[in-house]
Order: sequence, then structure tokens, then C-alpha cells
Amino acid sequence: MKVRIKFQKYGAMKFIGHLDVMRYFQKAFRRAGYESEYSKGYNPHQIMSFAAPLGLGITSDGEYLDAELVRAEDPVIMIKKLNDVMTEGFHITGFKVLKDREENQKAVSAMSLMDVADYLVSLKDGYDINSSIKDQESFKKVFDKFLEQDSIDIVKKTKKNETNVNIKPMIKVVAYDKKEFQEKLATVVKETPIKAVNYESVAEAFDNGILVYLQVSSSSAENLKPELVMEAFYDYLQLEFNKFAWQIHRLEIYTRDEETKRLIPLDENER
Amino acid sequence: MRKLALSDEILLSVEKPARYIGGEVNSQIKNPKDVDVRFCMCFPDVYEIGMSHLGIQILYDILNRREDTYCERVYSPWVDLDKIMREKNIPLFALESQDPVKEFDFLGITLQYEMCYTNVLQILDLSQIPIYAKDRGEDDPIVVGGGPCVYNPEPIADFFDFFYIGEGETSYNEIIDTYKKCKKEGKSRREILEMIAQIEGMYVPAFYDVEYKEDNTIKSIVKNNPNVPDKVKRQVEMNLSEAYYPTRPIVPFIKATQDRVVLEIQRGCIRGCRFCQAGMIYRPTRERDLEYLKKCAKEMLSSTGHEEISLSSLSSSDYSYLKELIYYLIEEFSTDGVNISLPSLRIDEFSIDVMGKVQDIRKSSLTFAPEAGSQRLRDVINKGLTQEDILEGASKAFNSGWNRVKLYFMMGLPTETEGDIEGIAILSDMIARKYYEIPKEERNGKVSIVASTSFFVPKPFTPFQWSRMDTRDEYLDKQKILRNKINEQLNRKSIKYNWHEADLSELEGALARGDRQISKVIYDAYQAGCLYDSWSEFFLFDKWLNAFENNGIDYRFYTCRERDENEIFPWDFIDIGVTKRFLYREYKRAMDEKVTLNCKQSCSGCGATIFGGGVCFDKEGRQKEVSYEG
Repeated sequence: MKVRIKFQKYGAMKFIGHLDVMRYFQKAFRRAGYESEYSKGYNPHQIMSFAAPLGLGITSDGEYLDAELVRAEDPVIMIKKLNDVMTEGFHITGFKVLKDREENQKAVSAMSLMDVADYLVSLKDGYDINSSIKDQESFKKVFDKFLEQDSIDIVKKTKKNETNVNIKPMIKVVAYDKKEFQEKLATVVKETPIKAVNYESVAEAFDNGILVYLQVSSSSAENLKPELVMEAFYDYLQLEFNKFAWQIHRLEIYTRDEETKRLIPLDENER
Repeated sequence: MRKLALSDEILLSVEKPARYIGGEVNSQIKNPKDVDVRFCMCFPDVYEIGMSHLGIQILYDILNRREDTYCERVYSPWVDLDKIMREKNIPLFALESQDPVKEFDFLGITLQYEMCYTNVLQILDLSQIPIYAKDRGEDDPIVVGGGPCVYNPEPIADFFDFFYIGEGETSYNEIIDTYKKCKKEGKSRREILEMIAQIEGMYVPAFYDVEYKEDNTIKSIVKNNPNVPDKVKRQVEMNLSEAYYPTRPIVPFIKATQDRVVLEIQRGCIRGCRFCQAGMIYRPTRERDLEYLKKCAKEMLSSTGHEEISLSSLSSSDYSYLKELIYYLIEEFSTDGVNISLPSLRIDEFSIDVMGKVQDIRKSSLTFAPEAGSQRLRDVINKGLTQEDILEGASKAFNSGWNRVKLYFMMGLPTETEGDIEGIAILSDMIARKYYEIPKEERNGKVSIVASTSFFVPKPFTPFQWSRMDTRDEYLDKQKILRNKINEQLNRKSIKYNWHEADLSELEGALARGDRQISKVIYDAYQAGCLYDSWSEFFLFDKWLNAFENNGIDYRFYTCRERDENEIFPWDFIDIGVTKRFLYREYKRAMDEKVTLNCKQSCSGCGATIFGGGVCFDKEGRQKEVSYEG
């Protein structure tokens, strides 16, 4: 049966690449006493996929992994049994059995459902942006100005050529604190997100307090990484981008409800 | 949350940061404040290699069972991080607590191959521990070496406070107890080492002096401390079935070389091949109990989640319950998707049956290690495998569908002639011919034979410890002879020839039988930038040659010299149980091309009976009769 697992990835585990996270879960299922289904063919392997592989160095409250298990139990039991075999830095927060392919005509992989994703981007302690940005207030002023531009162009490099892309339409929601972000989310999600989030965030907090909440496009047609937003911000400031200065943390991944056109976290949709 | 020793910026700038963060499944979390003794176990190579080593997992388990001790791990930082740590003066740290290694009580380094010696110096240097033992102070960790290279520790003796000679299961508890007691009594570093030197099997180099003759051979090895033994006795764990076995081994996040459960089924080897050090230093052969192994396999698979299990031992086919064990593993686990990785087995009905069950015949190959190309030379090295065995085994396997064969040979064995080398080509061709005896319509495509040669390196505590080793040029000439001979064969197109680097083997030869004079060379080579010598892309032979030259040492003194019967070897102060007299008799028998029977067939009186168990005794506990003695 096809299952979708939601988990948090934090602490030192942000240095484990997504292929190794897959290997980790393959072994974790075995330790918990659940067998995976194997692909047929020349090189049988466990069937598994991520909604969106997380880059090295990024932490997350909302990782989704689809897997095929021989059997599964009640989500509450599954979550407990899997958490019993986790190491620090991985925490399972959701488990659901997906409908069979027959009942569900449309594409069901988590990856294909993705529409937007929420991120928290924080300045790490020990790093500066420039001398005039001292705190969250001054940062907010400059960042708002950056967003007020008619278009935010970045250069996208492909193998063949470079093209200019305006990323402004791909930045859906911006907020400077949790409360503001939740209020803004309430206008776009199908239900209030607070209800779904019954666990504490594992996002690292920094003393400097400079941070921004971003909701950006994450579909196969239109995909924006939060790093690119920050890079464009540095361009705007005419500064060289320091990729190590920012801790990116994924909060949630959503799909879009076809009827209401509102957002639903990936583990709450019906498919 | 655990705090890491390295910054995000550093970890995101190096290859595979998972090598440095610890926190793996089954790694031990203790509060360093709650323990009396902190032990850091090191494998001086990159993480993926070091994590695959069973010995460290065993010791990690033994030490962490103690509530008063916290054992952690450290591996060689890869060259990218090595550079950063030097630039930023970051001290090397243990994976679990991420604390600097220099704060520990002990640093234990396993020495699995000679080519890791510069990495040992790297570990000490990056840890900011003085490289020479004599320069260490009261606050520095006690540096202990273990593993197979300690059977000649002399080339690196100056860098270690003591060596543990033998199997780790027996004495670590006594060492920790002694250390704790000494600390409580406020004893000095020197006093502690003096106490440790009185534990059987522990060698403190500082308490022994070596004198040399004019011809640079050793005149004497004499202790300079009345409280230490004249000879250091190898430690042997006689009760392997009740001995510690780590049923919860650590599972790395990144793919290690051994990404599987490893089950050690026996220790030692009955065969007595004369080139093989492992065959001598692990005597007597001791088997683990079948039921115990079944239990371990089950527990280890469920505690790790590994999808593969492999068996580890020398000459696995000699394990008495191999059939039962392998059939059990297949029946019990292969339906759960667990892959059984077979050790190299003698080809017979049983192995063909199990290979057919657990491997894809089209993808797997048969492996033979004849080691030498002619029967004459196989008799010299006491390799029991005959041409008949190989051809018959290959024929059986070919008839069952296999068509790939791997052959392993050594070049440069004592008494080797051109004819012996050509024998490698002839034997390879004979195997191919066997394949084409099968009617065409029953064949499974073409046959593929891969013959590999490595350079023979004489090792301490083997009958060939007296032997001269070939030079690089002699070896290259021999390679040429073999290549030409292979090209003359009927089935030359089916035979692929692989060979090992000669430079690396020459250095290995010098380090393997070297003495204390060589430590300066190792030090200088390291300072000149030598590191990861076992990785051909980093091996800098010229720098090594310079280091030898600058110290006025001809490395060929250690490699290309036939030793006299009575020469005192640097390692003669170690008593491994197997006697020098036996080894010399075997050397003479080799020169006479005489075969010696294996330990199950007959006892040849090697001396290992002194340990009072294993293959030397029958089921009733009676010592086997010695059938011949030199």
C-alpha cells in the first residue's frame, strides 16, 4: 500500500543529503518491522519518493516521503513505531495511507501535487547584511522596498543559455513574524493551518532576530527556491550574496484544491 | 540538540559533511560528565572505510558497556577538511560529543595496513597531540595502537605510548580499571604506563631499547625497566561464542564500504599458507557456535535495518556449520528482502546450490585464489588448491550456467621462475577451454576470465619473513612476461589481466619489516605532504624516496634482503604462540617444495596449542597428536 509520511528534519541532520535520507528511511522501516514493496525488474529496490528533495543545509517541519509498504497499521501506531527507531534530527509527525491507483485516476505522487511551499529564512548569528541593516525593523524596510520593485529579475542558467526571469509573481506571501504569517496564510489556505500543525517547529532561532517568512511557487511548472529570492535581494543591495549567512527552513508544502482553489497541506488532501 | 564542532559554513564547503557529524543509528550518547574514562577509538582512514571495520564496533561495544567509560569514534578527515582544519587551527574532535580528542584519556588507533601510517600522524597532529610519544605531557591522551600491524610495531613505535598485541576482547577492561586506579592514586603518566606494561600483551616501546650491529641488523632488544616482561604475549579470546558481539552496530547515514550486517563466523585459519600473516597470527582456529550466530544475525538485522548480511572469516568453507548457517539465513531472511552476500567459497555442489539461490548467475562470477600459476609454486606457498580442484569446480559451475571467473595470483613469490609466471596464463586458458567443452547450444554466451596479480610482500610472523622481496623493476618484467604469455593463448580474447601498482607494494614491504629507524622516514614523509598513501591518487612515492634518502636509509635493506636463519627481527620480542622455530621449519619445507597438512588433517606443532583450545583440541578436549615437528 502506498503511504505518505510527514516528518521534520533538523539539527545535524540538515547535512544528510536526500538520497541518504531515503536510505535512512529504508532501514528505518525495517527496524520498525515494516517491509517495503520492491520494484520489479533487473535491480529491485524499495519504492520511495520525496515531494521535494531538500537541499543540503536546509531544515524542515514539512517533509513528505511517499513509500510503498507491505502492510501498515493505524497512523497513531505507525507514527509511534517509526519515531521509536528515529535518531535525533528526524521526527515523524504524520502518516496516512493513500488511495489506490484504481480509485484515484489522477496522478498521486506528492511531487506532482505540489503547488507552493512555505519557508522561514533567518539570518544566522555572526553574519551581517550591510552596516545599515541592524535589526528586524531595518531589514523589513529594505526588504519591503526590494519587493516593491515592478519586477524582480534573476538570471536563470540552463545548459544552453541564460534567460532573465521575473520571480516577483512566484513570491506569494511575505511576512516578518509568525503571527503576521499565520494571518496571511488564513486567507489562502482551505482551513486554518494552526489546526494541522500540532507539533512544535524545529526551526532554529537566532539572536539577531532578522528573518522573513516566504511562500513561494513550488510546482513543476513554476518553481522558486528561497535561496534565489535572497540572492536577488543581495543583487538589489548590490552586495555579493553569501549563501552561508541564511538558514533556510521549510515549513510546509501545499497542493491546491481544485474546487476552492485554496491551499491544502500535502498530507491533508484526499488523494 | 547536539552542538557540532564545525561551523555550518565549513560543513557545507566539504565533501560529504555526514562524515563529521556523528549521531548515527546505534551510536552511543552519554554525558561525558557522568564517566571516569573517555576513550576515543580511531580508524586512520576516511569515514566510509573506517565505519566498515568490525573490530572497532566490537571494542566500541565492550567499552560502552561500562558505565564509567564513554567510547567515541574519530576517522581521518578527508583532504578537503584536513586543509581547513590546519588553516583555522581547529582541533580534531570525536564524532559523538564533538569534543576535542586531546581532552580524552585514551586515543586508540587501529592499524589495519601499513599504508595508513602517515594518517596516524595526521590524526595526532590535527588533534594537537605531540606526534612523538616522548614529547607528550601529563594532560595528553595515552595513545594506544592495535590491529594486525602491531605484530611489527617498530616503525611506528616512537609515536605510540603503548601497543595492545592481540585480540581486543581480553584486556581492555583490565586496562581501564588499572588506569582508573592509577588516576585515583594520582600516579604520573610514566607510572601509569609502567602499570599497563605489566598487563599481559601490552607493549610500551619506551621501556625497551634496541641495539644495532654495524650491518644495521639488530644486535639486541632489551628492556630498560625491571618491571616489564622480556617478551610480550599475544592476547587471544578463546571463548568466541560467549565473547562480546556488537548486536547493535552503528549504521552510517552515508553508504559505507560495508553497508551490511557482518557476522564473524570463526577466527583463525587452518590452512597455513606460507605467505599469509593472518593465517599465523590468529591461530588457533576458533569457531563460533551455530546457534549463537543465528541469534546474532537476527538481532543485528533488526537493530540496524540493513538489507544485506555477509559472513566474515578466513577460508569460510572450513567453518564446520557453514551449510546449516547459510541455509538458515536463506530460509529465515531472504523472503524479507534480505540479500545474503556469500564469502568466497570452495566450489562444490553445496556452493553451487547456494550461489544459485542467492545470486543472479548472469551477474555473479566464480572466484578462485590459486595465488601461484604452477603446482610447484603452489606447493612452495602451501596453497592446498590444485589445478584439478580449479578445473573441476569451474566445470561444474559452467554447467550450472556461470560464465565469469575471477582468478587471484601473487607475483614475486619466493623461488618463482618464468615457468611459474607463464603458468598463470596457461591455467587461465585451461579454464576457458573447460568452458568451451560444453556443447555450443548449452553455453551461456562467451566465457570471461579476469586474472589479477598483486605483488607479494613478505610479512612478519610468516615462514617467508626471511625472504627477499622483488624490486619494482623485477616485478614489471614479470608482468611483461605474463602479458606476452597471455597473448599466446588460444582463448586470449577471453582473458583480461589486471595488476597492482608496484611502488606502493615496495613501500609496504619496507614498512612491514622495518625497524625503529624508519620512524624518522615516516615523520619526514608526513611533513613533506604524504597522506592517504593507500589511495593511489594521493600516493607520492618520490616524497617517500626523498625521506629515505635524507635519513640515509636504503629501503631495499628491508625489502630486497634474504635474512639469515639467526637474524634477530624487530618483532622478535613478541610471542604470538606460533614459534620462530616452526616458521623456520616451514620456510625450509617451502624451499624443498614440501606441503604441510592443515590443522584439521594433522597437527604440525606450530606452538598455538599453548592457548589451550580451538582446532588444536578434539571435541573431548584432548590435545591432537603432533605428527611432525622440526
